[in-house]
Amino acid sequence: MTESLNNRLAIDVADLTVAYRDQPVLWDVDLNVPSGVLMAIVGPNGAGKTTLIKAILGLVSPAAGRVLIHGQPYADQRRLVGYVPQRGSVDWDFPTSVLDVVMMGCYGTLGWGRRPGRRERARGMKALENVGMLDFADRQISQLSGGQQQRVFLARALVQDAQVYLMDEPFQGVDATTERAIVALLQDLRAAGKTVVAVHHDLQTVADYFDSVTLLNVRRIASGPVEEVFTEQNLRLAYGGRVAFLSRDAQADGSTGQSDTASSEPVDDVITVQVDKPIDTSLRPS
Amino acid sequence: MELLHNLFFDYTLRTVAQGSATLGIVSGALGTYAVLRKQSLLGDAISHAAWPGIALAFLLTGSKAPLVLVLGAAAAGWIGTLFVMGIVNTTRLKDDSALGLVLSVFFGFGLVLLTAFIQKMPNANQAGLDKFLFGQAAALVERDVKTMGSLGIIALLIMMVFWKDFKLLSFDPDFGASLGFRMRWLDVLLTTLIVIAIVLGLQTVGVVLMSAMVVAPAAAARQWTDRLGVMVLLSALFGAVAGVSGALISSSTARIPTGPTIVLCISAIVLISMTLAPNRGLIWNWIRHQRNRRQLRVEMVLDDLYALTLQHEDLEHRHSVRVLNAMSAGRGGAKRSLEELEARSWAHRVGTEWALTPKGLAEAKRLAEMRGN
Repeated sequence: MTESLNNRLAIDVADLTVAYRDQPVLWDVDLNVPSGVLMAIVGPNGAGKTTLIKAILGLVSPAAGRVLIHGQPYADQRRLVGYVPQRGSVDWDFPTSVLDVVMMGCYGTLGWGRRPGRRERARGMKALENVGMLDFADRQISQLSGGQQQRVFLARALVQDAQVYLMDEPFQGVDATTERAIVALLQDLRAAGKTVVAVHHDLQTVADYFDSVTLLNVRRIASGPVEEVFTEQNLRLAYGGRVAFLSRDAQADGSTGQSDTASSEPVDDVITVQVDKPIDTSLRPS
Repeated sequence: MELLHNLFFDYTLRTVAQGSATLGIVSGALGTYAVLRKQSLLGDAISHAAWPGIALAFLLTGSKAPLVLVLGAAAAGWIGTLFVMGIVNTTRLKDDSALGLVLSVFFGFGLVLLTAFIQKMPNANQAGLDKFLFGQAAALVERDVKTMGSLGIIALLIMMVFWKDFKLLSFDPDFGASLGFRMRWLDVLLTTLIVIAIVLGLQTVGVVLMSAMVVAPAAAARQWTDRLGVMVLLSALFGAVAGVSGALISSSTARIPTGPTIVLCISAIVLISMTLAPNRGLIWNWIRHQRNRRQLRVEMVLDDLYALTLQHEDLEHRHSVRVLNAMSAGRGGAKRSLEELEARSWAHRVGTEWALTPKGLAEAKRLAEMRGN
């Protein structure tokens, strides 16, 4: 296992193509995620971000392409990968407790027919503590706010004790407390040498929260360190010109309505990128 | 009393009670998963799809032995669910359409077999087949009950062995798949167990109403608990209670078919659970709603008094109840809320006039700040 971990690429995706009923959702995507980075996956709605995560996890079967985790096929490396699905993908009225959901993270390593015991409980409580949810361990999950639900999902992934974490919109619709907790958690994960790939919607915070970014719109537009890749030109390619760019000076003046679309300066303007309408249906293949 | 005595010493009654308890326990426990996975219609589709299996088994073997017919039912019910899964996976149809389609096509085919072939058979020994439509518990013999019992125990044991797998399947199948659990396979296994549960009840409850025994106990159990384990146990218990009481009523009172009686019993349990259960029950909700409303009204009147006090810049200045009534017009008047305020010693009264107490003033300030003014 340690030998495979030495492979510098945490995730190595080549020629990945996924289609739903003849409609390509991902088209010939190559993606290299070096070990130890925090990478955001950014792109308009319908760009295939969730599909990319699911294809890496083998949850959707690709029409073509291959996925390697630390140099080996995913099926052999499951234990190295943690998954945080979209919060809205499950029924939060399910009759179960917070700790119970978190302990699902160790179901994969529990033997056949075995149930979680004291060790798993301890791991679950530790993970809950890491996301600031220790007091909620015995709560019924329907009593949680959206942000708390998200933190429960993160705690469940922590219990997996993985090397590579794939997260589907962890910041989607969460409160400020949760947002801070997730950011702190991402930093901790990076400090521990883990790799994180997260679908992210908020272009303003990409540079603050992540060190790498992949711009996706069915095809891979660009991928790499934020300062090299997160440029106006690439964003325009990904979002099809529907992004308004504000220079830092303009915002400092308070004239936020004034867009500076003529500027093609990269890097410096990144933080003040604003999206007026990320939904661009014209870009979906028809 | 006599009924209780007979329950233990009368052979027929005892057999009937054992059989219907078994079916109630197994369908109640496994039905929990169908309900949690929002596949309530699945039971309907399986039991209706089982019907042509019964007819075909009889046509092919000429036997009316329950085991033969039930095997036919199981095979047909299982094939029906495979059809449903196949339709969902390969076409654009959603679950409900696929279930409805399989349900009606299979059931229709079964009815055609019964009317076109079986009823025209010369020896006319088809009598008894139609018992599978509405069920007849009185026809159970001890051997049937033993078969039902052992099948049921096997199904429940499998459920227990795959406890965490089925929990993942029901709560978050994608996450389960990412852990390496084979979700498609587990789906087939769980559905097979539900097929077994339904087939166990066909002789007693009948194909038309058997799905109620899959859905209703679990729906009732969900009202009382927030734990999966407790829900499965409660659901099994409700199923057993309904099964036994329904079967006893129908076999002690002349000529009431068992299926409908059992379904009425479980419906009563559902009704009670929907209304009376704490937290989720209708009455509980109503009380909570009323309490919130009263609290809100009290706060509004407190706020009115606070506004008046601020206007006069004098805590001791008293305000007529008529002013307060006018301010809370359309909210049913201020009288009750004022009395509530007095009880909390947030306001005091002199004749028909009211003023805030220092304590009430502090509370009103706190509330106003909480709202952000």
